Amino acid sequence: MAKQEAKWRLWRGTVFLAALAPLIYWGFQVYQNAAGPEPGRYLLLNIGIGGLWLMLLTLSLTPLSKLTRWKGFALIRRQLGLWTLAYATLHLCCYALFILGLNWALLGAEIVKRPYIIVGMLALLGLAALGATSNRAAMRKLGKRWKTLHKLAYPILALILLHFFWVVRADMGEWAIYAAIGALLLAMRLPPVARRLPRFRQRLAAK
Amino acid sequence: MLIKIAKPGDLHESDVTPESVYLSRRRFLGGVAGVGAGLALSGRVKASEAYTDVPSGDAPAWLSEKIDQTQWRAVTPADPDKDTLAPFEDASGYNNFYEFGTGKSDPSKRAGSLSTEPWSVVVDGEVNNGGRFTLEDFASPSQFEERIYRLRCVEAWSMVIPWLGIPLADVIRRADPTSKAKYVRFETLVDPEQMPGQRSSFALIDWPYVEGLRLDEAMHPLTILALGMYGRELPNQNGAPLRLVVPWKYGFKSIKSIVRISLVEEQPVNSWQLLAPNEYGFYANVNPNVDHPRWSQASERRLPNSLFSPNNIDTRMFNGYEDEVAELYAGMDLSVNY
Repeated sequence: MAKQEAKWRLWRGTVFLAALAPLIYWGFQVYQNAAGPEPGRYLLLNIGIGGLWLMLLTLSLTPLSKLTRWKGFALIRRQLGLWTLAYATLHLCCYALFILGLNWALLGAEIVKRPYIIVGMLALLGLAALGATSNRAAMRKLGKRWKTLHKLAYPILALILLHFFWVVRADMGEWAIYAAIGALLLAMRLPPVARRLPRFRQRLAAK
Repeated sequence: MLIKIAKPGDLHESDVTPESVYLSRRRFLGGVAGVGAGLALSGRVKASEAYTDVPSGDAPAWLSEKIDQTQWRAVTPADPDKDTLAPFEDASGYNNFYEFGTGKSDPSKRAGSLSTEPWSVVVDGEVNNGGRFTLEDFASPSQFEERIYRLRCVEAWSMVIPWLGIPLADVIRRADPTSKAKYVRFETLVDPEQMPGQRSSFALIDWPYVEGLRLDEAMHPLTILALGMYGRELPNQNGAPLRLVVPWKYGFKSIKSIVRISLVEEQPVNSWQLLAPNEYGFYANVNPNVDHPRWSQASERRLPNSLFSPNNIDTRMFNGYEDEVAELYAGMDLSVNY
């Protein structure tokens, strides 16, 4: 039993380091002057895309557990969710610090005028609400409502994709790939699809 | 006209357009010729030692020869302390050239696949002297000049870049436009084999990339066709071998890797206008008072910057070339003609 515990701790530790590693890599690139003439924008964009990856990974865990029954997926769900929140927060910090240079008046004007910033802020607020209620105490307190609340993750993903969509200037290729993955993950939540996932696993196992 | 023989560093952007030119549009075309003559007497100092750390390219012999005879520092910023040159590695490593991908470093990584030799340019439309010209025949009749310009991208960043090129007015005069010619239309090469961005099925741009200028904008002495920068020929990612540079307009007007120049009667529809007419217009003059629908144009980040000093500076009307070009737009509502 203790051996099993240690194994899961190692798994969670590995996931932690894997989520941390890109931040260290990008920071190092900036430190080495290898991030181009606009290092702030480099961090902003990479951390933004990184956050989207984490969001998609977090949302893929439930379908993956259903498909494989491997316990490890469920064990990292909270951690990846919190990493998504951390990346999103850093993304906003990069924008405020490195793009606006902490010019708060400009930030105020931008937030009101630019729909993609409003949408991004809404997504971040949603993620913050999920992060704040991700501990056991909140789960106990919210009871059944916790699950309902955390279904907010789906509209949040849609907001993130919309935020990204409005930033793209001329080539939708990259966006379309993320949107397709996101749509697939959301489709797996539709009851008729969700019901079939475990059955699909059994069919695969039978073969 | 006053011809002052100045030290190369003393010539500023305002000197390129004497009052007599920009005060009267009627005398405009006549004035341009005088500007060229005036400038030819000034700065003859070779500036190649200024670019010792710039990697040399692989220019054909005729182009190297033309570059050697460049009139260096023909136009320099009025305030060289504020407008310091971007390092070559930034100007050639941070580009928007969607034919090679949408990332800023895509062009420098992928533009090696572009073959610029041989290159020919078609001049057609409302001209008496049209035809297909080799790049050498097209460019060598003109004196090369070094023009240090601010480049303001519509994405709210800017760099200061030393171009080498020829006045577009020279080229147009040689083409001998007919009386019907009102606009100039430019076209970039289309070749998906050489330009991977043109192979993307999600690209929103309808290739070829097209740009346009009103004839008087095209004839303005600040408008050049560049063949080089930083004392050498253009790197591919910067629009080799021939690109437009219109310093008072957003960077996307300065079309790259030009294969066709047409004098036309109707106002051309440029690529970005076609793609998002509510965001990009035909004129695209740098204007801090007219925001892009998705971001403010009131300030810009002068690059290179660093993490904790984004180098946000106020954007200037017509990118600081207001004295020279404002007359072109007298009486126009620039918030409508954005």
